[in-house]
Amino acid sequence: MILGRVVGTVVATRKDERLVGAKLLLVRAIDPQGKDEAAHMVAVDTVDAGLKDRVLVVTGSSARMAAGLKDTPVDAAIVGVVDTVEVRD
Amino acid sequence: MHLARVIGTVVASRKDAGLSGMKLLLIQPLRPDRAPQGRPLVAVDSVGSGVSEEVFYVRGREASFPFLPAEVPADAAIVGIVDHWNVG
Repeated sequence: MILGRVVGTVVATRKDERLVGAKLLLVRAIDPQGKDEAAHMVAVDTVDAGLKDRVLVVTGSSARMAAGLKDTPVDAAIVGVVDTVEVRD
Repeated sequence: MHLARVIGTVVASRKDAGLSGMKLLLIQPLRPDRAPQGRPLVAVDSVGSGVSEEVFYVRGREASFPFLPAEVPADAAIVGIVDHWNVG
């Protein structure tokens, strides 16, 4: 999983029918210190994350293991709102 | 699978139900000469590893397999603590 920060929302009226009702957020990858990285992605939110939240994003086919995403055409899902990241080594 | 060092911990109270009780660790992928390779990532732990240990981890859908039949939304899982490795 990667760490990211929610930087926006994505609205799409015409989309795959299995995505109807899905909350799409724009997420920017961050490093463990919270510094922005280059990568951005659109991710389905399953944990009610909000703007500027630090989040845990699961990518690839594993994203479909998140709640409610079985058999949906997604490759990135927000599965956690991060409280703390501690780098100790 | 890939080699990595556990460099920290991640805490998330609000998370997918499939991740409850899972230990989330920050890992730094390593080259065989122990130089960092790429960016750190977050992995779920399936073997009781801890900070500063060298481990190997699996990426992709297979990362959820250690926890079957539970459906864990993970794309990286630590599946072994490395005692040592040799090159050449």
